[in-house]
Amino acid sequence: MYLNSIFTNPERLERLLDIAQSSFLPLLEGAIQYTIPLTLISFTIGLILATLTALARISTVKFFQIVARIYVSIIRGTPLLVQLSILFYGLPTVGITLEPFTAAILGFSLNVGAYASEVIRAAILSIPKGQWEAANTIGMSYSQALKRIILPQASRVSIPPLSNTFISLVKDTSLASFILVTEMFRRAQEIAAFNYEFLLLYSQAGLLYWIFCFLLSLVQGRLENRFDRYVSKA
Amino acid sequence: MIAINNLHKSFGDLEVLKGIDLNVQKGQAVVVIGPSGSGKTTFLRCLNILETPTAGTVAIDGHMADFSKPLPKKQIMEFRKQSAMVFQHYNLFPHMTALENVMEGPVTVQKIDRAEARAKAEELLTKVGLKEKMNEYPFQLSGGQQQRVGIARALALEPKVMLFDEPTSALDPELVGEVLQVMKELAQEGMTMVVVTHEMRFAKGVADEVLFMDAGRIIERGTPQEIFDHPKEERTKQFLNLIQNADTI
Repeated sequence: MYLNSIFTNPERLERLLDIAQSSFLPLLEGAIQYTIPLTLISFTIGLILATLTALARISTVKFFQIVARIYVSIIRGTPLLVQLSILFYGLPTVGITLEPFTAAILGFSLNVGAYASEVIRAAILSIPKGQWEAANTIGMSYSQALKRIILPQASRVSIPPLSNTFISLVKDTSLASFILVTEMFRRAQEIAAFNYEFLLLYSQAGLLYWIFCFLLSLVQGRLENRFDRYVSKA
Repeated sequence: MIAINNLHKSFGDLEVLKGIDLNVQKGQAVVVIGPSGSGKTTFLRCLNILETPTAGTVAIDGHMADFSKPLPKKQIMEFRKQSAMVFQHYNLFPHMTALENVMEGPVTVQKIDRAEARAKAEELLTKVGLKEKMNEYPFQLSGGQQQRVGIARALALEPKVMLFDEPTSALDPELVGEVLQVMKELAQEGMTMVVVTHEMRFAKGVADEVLFMDAGRIIERGTPQEIFDHPKEERTKQFLNLIQNADTI
């Protein structure tokens, strides 16, 4: 029906091309203003949070372990949309009002922190015990061993799963539209609400998300190569 | 140099070391032999507190550790500095080149200036015959070369005692000699060493004293001639027989 109308009606085709062209910049603007910063900032904060959480999980202090477990359990056990809603629409009830962007950063960071912590924990545990011992025998403290010996090796192991988390995050930022952040998907909604070309605009937004994720997977490949320089190719 | 008193170690209900007493003089090379499961590796690891003994005392060059009560971390780290371990599986840091492996301790732990640490590391790698390989990653090196880097890494910290945990057991036979040669030179230079090994020729040629361990105890000790040529204990004789038979098959 849709395709048919395009081919039978040149004016319709022209209108669609016009809209596609004129909405491209606003969509890209939404991406540059919000989608990309949201992703980068949340991922950075999330990674720090994840590393701390992973360390708490493998620590010998029971209290740290329990706090980390509860945090991961709550975040993984509730929908991201619900978490964002609580942060933005719920907290004002108790007197905490957050800007949409702030609420989004907070929500996504907490989310990445919980999911990535399991990745990092697994990566740390995958490093042979002999590496800790070698670090100890040359006199390193726990934090020196972690920083110089264990985490550099663990990061190599965690690149593929962390890339997954990162790519998921790019797409999850579209949920911020729900708490009024005018990121890319919300721009698409707004434009479509005005001209009713939902299929066109949502496809356009989808295409842009896909391009971003594709570029990211290229970066992942390069990172993997870089980290693999000290591993036998055999 | 090393004074060990009534050292005990248990893993749960399993008592692995049942009271070890030993004195090692400065510059002595002591070789520990014994069947697998006799506790010799655990004993060596206790000297670097890679395993925490359950009871007893160890003093290395006047630094005393009493294991009857838990030791504060700081004291453990201070005590560890007295000795350095060479591992059976080398345990080199795979993400660092040979040079970086050797520099790591001096730079990160001792906070020595990078250029100075580098010069010292190059000197040590030259000493173990690996000057040409210093910019290679561990995976690019043979087992024997990796183990020699491991020895250089341990030496870089200028420990008073070198501990060797079966340093040639993981090596292909043709690579054993190059590692033993480096160890022999160290012994001749007067390094105090405790070596757990199955290399009887090394024990005969280099050791000042040989200990035979079995079931968590030192069964017999003496000069290489005493242990290998005139063992007194039945268990020592059995063990040496088994090894010699294996050699002649």
